[in-house]
Amino acid sequence: MPGSEHDIAFDLGIVGAGPAGLAAAVTAADLGLRTVLLDTAPRPGGQFYRQPAAGLGARRPQALHHHWRAFAQLARRLRRHIGDGTVLHLAEHHVWSVGAVGSAGSSASSASSSSADSAGWLLHAVSGPEGLAARTVRARAVLFATGAYERQLPFPGWTLPGVVGAGGAQAMLKAGLVLPGQRVVVAGSGPLLLAVAASLAAAGARVPLVAEAAGYAGYTRGVSALAANPGKLAEGVSYGVRLLRRRVAVRTRSAVVAAHGADRVASVTVARLDRDWRPVPGSERRVSCDAVAVGHGLLPQLELPVELGCRTRTMPDGGPALEVDACQRTSVPGLWAAGESTGVGGAELALVEGELAARSITAELGGLPPTGGGDHHGGRRLERRLDRRLDRRRARLRDFAELMATVHRPGPGWSDWLTADTEVCRCEEVTAGQVRAAVDQLGAGDQRTVKLLTRAGMGWCQGRMCGSAVARLAGQDDPVGGRPLSCPVPLGLLAQE
Amino acid sequence: MSRNPLDLVRARPEPGFSFTFDGEPVPALPGQTVAAALWSSGRMSWRTTRDGGRPRGAFCGMGVCFDCLVVLDGRPNVRACLAPAHPGAQVTTQEGDGHAGLGA
Repeated sequence: MPGSEHDIAFDLGIVGAGPAGLAAAVTAADLGLRTVLLDTAPRPGGQFYRQPAAGLGARRPQALHHHWRAFAQLARRLRRHIGDGTVLHLAEHHVWSVGAVGSAGSSASSASSSSADSAGWLLHAVSGPEGLAARTVRARAVLFATGAYERQLPFPGWTLPGVVGAGGAQAMLKAGLVLPGQRVVVAGSGPLLLAVAASLAAAGARVPLVAEAAGYAGYTRGVSALAANPGKLAEGVSYGVRLLRRRVAVRTRSAVVAAHGADRVASVTVARLDRDWRPVPGSERRVSCDAVAVGHGLLPQLELPVELGCRTRTMPDGGPALEVDACQRTSVPGLWAAGESTGVGGAELALVEGELAARSITAELGGLPPTGGGDHHGGRRLERRLDRRLDRRRARLRDFAELMATVHRPGPGWSDWLTADTEVCRCEEVTAGQVRAAVDQLGAGDQRTVKLLTRAGMGWCQGRMCGSAVARLAGQDDPVGGRPLSCPVPLGLLAQE
Repeated sequence: MSRNPLDLVRARPEPGFSFTFDGEPVPALPGQTVAAALWSSGRMSWRTTRDGGRPRGAFCGMGVCFDCLVVLDGRPNVRACLAPAHPGAQVTTQEGDGHAGLGA
């Protein structure tokens, strides 16, 4: 293989510099591991801690963020470790394949034979404006902290300009300090909607309505998870108060069932939903707006670990998650995971998991005395106490994540608001009518078959936008998302591998 | 009352610049992506689809959906939500696969 960068071996390679990856990187570096942190963004923080571009001179970026202090501390520690050479931060690097060292091709298909005590892993990344610059790094252990993207369920008119992802609106606001419109309806399901509505309103947009398809009453069914997480409850209440102050109406069991406009959205139809997310006939009303921010929860980015054979499980909302043990180890030796990839649960959980993963990796690589042995009794006790505290926090935040996924699980009735000509696949312009024909008349029973029959999911986004809808129309949960390459890669580069 | 995102974070941006979109000048601030500057100028679409010729712009805002493809300085299929705007950049609407009229 060309290039020599991978002759420098790292102890730990981390994919993703969001909350989980950041927490892991600084913890591992504190414990003495030589760490390489690869991330697609120019600055660390991931989607959650997305910062305004430096040139914008934001003196109070925390106005758009929750838990900013935790991030500021992590960022400071990261800078120190970059300075002393313990961490190499490869910004704007997209890891497209990971493979075990020494296996043929050393890329996607080479999953099974490796572990932390083998020669380690090669992480192949592309960078540069057109993804033409290649770089490969070698690491003894790999942590996937790959984060998540937004689950979308289509509705008539959702391809109109002005209809944007809720997370997308948030990302554009946090990084570019821009709004999608003056009057923005926020719709879909999940706690992110409240955060997005609060940010948009604080930044000057009018938010006439937040339409949440689920009912918040569902949270009371998880009394113990709720009681164990007073912080989460307080967070919800604080969003509620802020929205109230900005006169933002939050309507539960409601959905935007259509967007209207010629070249840009000018209004939406909002309907009440029954328990199964079926629109209640006669409950429709029009709300005028010039933008819609929509999203139905988050789906983890799992291409790399799934291609390596890591086992997954299904969350209560139908979304996939990597199976990990108490040490954040995946089912493949030598590979760890933390954050949204182990089940969408938010930044706080990601921080805890990242730290736990780094401690586990250090112990396994021989850098940290395992908590059961060692000579320094005082230090050992301290370590054990820290581990136990982190364990407990993870358990309680994980409980809350499961509750959240149960409350916001998309109801089967959502597809009632589709019309035959509603585009489901935005890339290939495949309609709900075509997808239904493939399912009902041609017997397609899963997303992959629908894709082969209709081209839905075959475009640039590789089914990330339509995959959930197509799978659900075929009667399945969200697809796990195994793809041989995690992003488009120039053919010339593949030929070199 | 007239709040805006820049005031919210007390931004003191470095001097702005402009680029062109289909020949018209668009103001931008340093560090903003092409998509952010276009949103800021009130433009929400800058691509037409291959089959239906329908208008599209930024959707996911984080480089996943590829709906915001644009022709940047003659290069088609550039994600506007990731590409930083730069002074004098020539941005044009991407029609279809973006290769029409490139003479290649």
